[in-house]
Amino acid sequence: MTLTNRTTRPALAVTIALAVLAAGVVASLHVGSRMLSPEVVWAALTDPRADDADHAVVTARVARTVLALLAGGALGLAGAAMQGLTRNPLGDPGILGINAGAALGMVTAVALLGVTSLPVQIWFALAGAAVAGVLVHAIAGLGRDGATPIKLAVAGAAATAGFTSWTSALLITDLQTLETFRFWQVGTVGGRGVEVVGPVLPFLLTGAVLALTGARLLDVLALGDDLARGLGRRAGLDRLVVGLSVILLAGAATALAGPIAFVGLVAPHAARILLGPSYFRILPMSVVIGAALVTWADVVGRVILPPTEVQVGIMTAVIGVPVFFALVRRGRMGSL
Amino acid sequence: MSIDPATDASTDRITDRVTGRVTGTRLATHDLSLGYDDRTVVDHVTTRVPDGAVTVVVGANACGKSTLLRGLARLLRPGTGQVLLDGKSIHGIPTKEVARTLGLLPQNPVAPKGVTVVDLVGRGRAPHQGRFQRWGAADEAAVARALEVTGTLDLADRVVDELSGGQRQRVWIAMALAQETDLLLLDEPTTYLDVAHQVEVLDLLHDLNATRGTTVVMVLHELNLAARYADHLVAMADGRIVAEGPPREVITQERVSEVFGMQCLVVEDPVSGTPLVVPIGRHHSRRPTLVANGATA
Repeated sequence: MTLTNRTTRPALAVTIALAVLAAGVVASLHVGSRMLSPEVVWAALTDPRADDADHAVVTARVARTVLALLAGGALGLAGAAMQGLTRNPLGDPGILGINAGAALGMVTAVALLGVTSLPVQIWFALAGAAVAGVLVHAIAGLGRDGATPIKLAVAGAAATAGFTSWTSALLITDLQTLETFRFWQVGTVGGRGVEVVGPVLPFLLTGAVLALTGARLLDVLALGDDLARGLGRRAGLDRLVVGLSVILLAGAATALAGPIAFVGLVAPHAARILLGPSYFRILPMSVVIGAALVTWADVVGRVILPPTEVQVGIMTAVIGVPVFFALVRRGRMGSL
Repeated sequence: MSIDPATDASTDRITDRVTGRVTGTRLATHDLSLGYDDRTVVDHVTTRVPDGAVTVVVGANACGKSTLLRGLARLLRPGTGQVLLDGKSIHGIPTKEVARTLGLLPQNPVAPKGVTVVDLVGRGRAPHQGRFQRWGAADEAAVARALEVTGTLDLADRVVDELSGGQRQRVWIAMALAQETDLLLLDEPTTYLDVAHQVEVLDLLHDLNATRGTTVVMVLHELNLAARYADHLVAMADGRIVAEGPPREVITQERVSEVFGMQCLVVEDPVSGTPLVVPIGRHHSRRPTLVANGATA
């Protein structure tokens, strides 16, 4: 008899989420200003000699699909880890200013210091993410009642505004950088080749392993500080490890696709609704939902306002802002 | 048993003054002071928790009883003195090791929304698991045992939020039991429960102590239930222990009025034979017959 890990129909929810993700990948290869038939896509994917316009389009779409999957999965996971770590239902690296901090770090490296190597830029993104995370929590922690979810969200919004305007200021003084980062600054998976993935991947994977192995810790932290201590967790060290995973995931995702907000908010809440409160399920499911969300946001963004493209970061905000308000209005802010 | 305060503090043996029996003590405090900010709440307390017994801490609101329990569970850093577990300072022992010896159920724990009973109880296994370790047969068995002992096996798949107060408290105790510790600390485990559920929870803890030999330390508000279920009663006032020992010795009219600042009558509990405190307010005076009965009881 297995007593553990039983809830209502988790297999169905996981199957549907994976199907939505797979459909998003297929759609991402076919849909765009230039609609392609499955035969054309298939031929371009399988025939290495094909070297026509369609092939170029498919190659570009493969790149942005990979970017969307990685950035979405990373942000979903980072959000889940952050919500568990801070027991804050608004824990999203976008809302809490971490993505904006990473973006500022990266643009500082490029525009101010002339760093051209992506691996070095990533370190700046990670440093920016870490500084932003610490800063926002320090500001929100001021005052008697400590870092409440609302204070964190307000501090995060303020930090995001500050970092973003600083990022813009750096970009507009440097036309060449602006050209590269104009869309990235809003959050996009288009226009950057698949070659940006390689240098970022080690950071993503390290962050993912640290976050996914933190499930038990997060489950225990969810019981409150006293019980967590009673159950043998050293709050400090454990939190540092999970916090590091958030920085790695959010920083790397931002390096890939720019500061995308709300994915880290929506994906874990959807996972929690579908699979219950155990982080053994929330964490992996947030990867799937986050990846699906960004992939679909990119697909819809390509066709919703022809002939232009709407950036992924704007599309996720369109989906995420109502969720944000629903969570705030529900009033059970401390319920995680 | 009553503790001889003259016992050498360096030994972990206590000689019972009445029976001469020697019992051990794994958990003790020495000159322990605890506080928040600049306020001292527990004031130079030296005491020993008798092994294999049910110890109940009582006292008026804000007397420091919950703080003492939190201190015993190493949730607070001592201002002076220390908490000793198996003779060593508890703050010097890795917290995970402490968690395999000493379980804690705080006051009014909050379950994550939508968590099932079996999931919650399973989280009590955390101290026995490593970061990369999988859920094993030992964990499974411990959870099953904890559910069975607490009578919550048939609730295993239910969502904790939907349970009654008494059921929920039994589930929390099951979680603490899944931790499989020899010592169990509980901070007011009967708060917000009606009297039937209070008795139910205390019976369960009594059973655990009787059948498994678990050392139980709990803070209780209800003096008469405390007197009934305690082997060892600790009365606190103003951050100090004013009396400790068997309930019969600790609960006297003078002491209740000293500790709670309330006039009362102490009679014999007709059910358990333990002391029963009958409060006297401003609006009721003693009926002569009752005094006579109480005096002869």
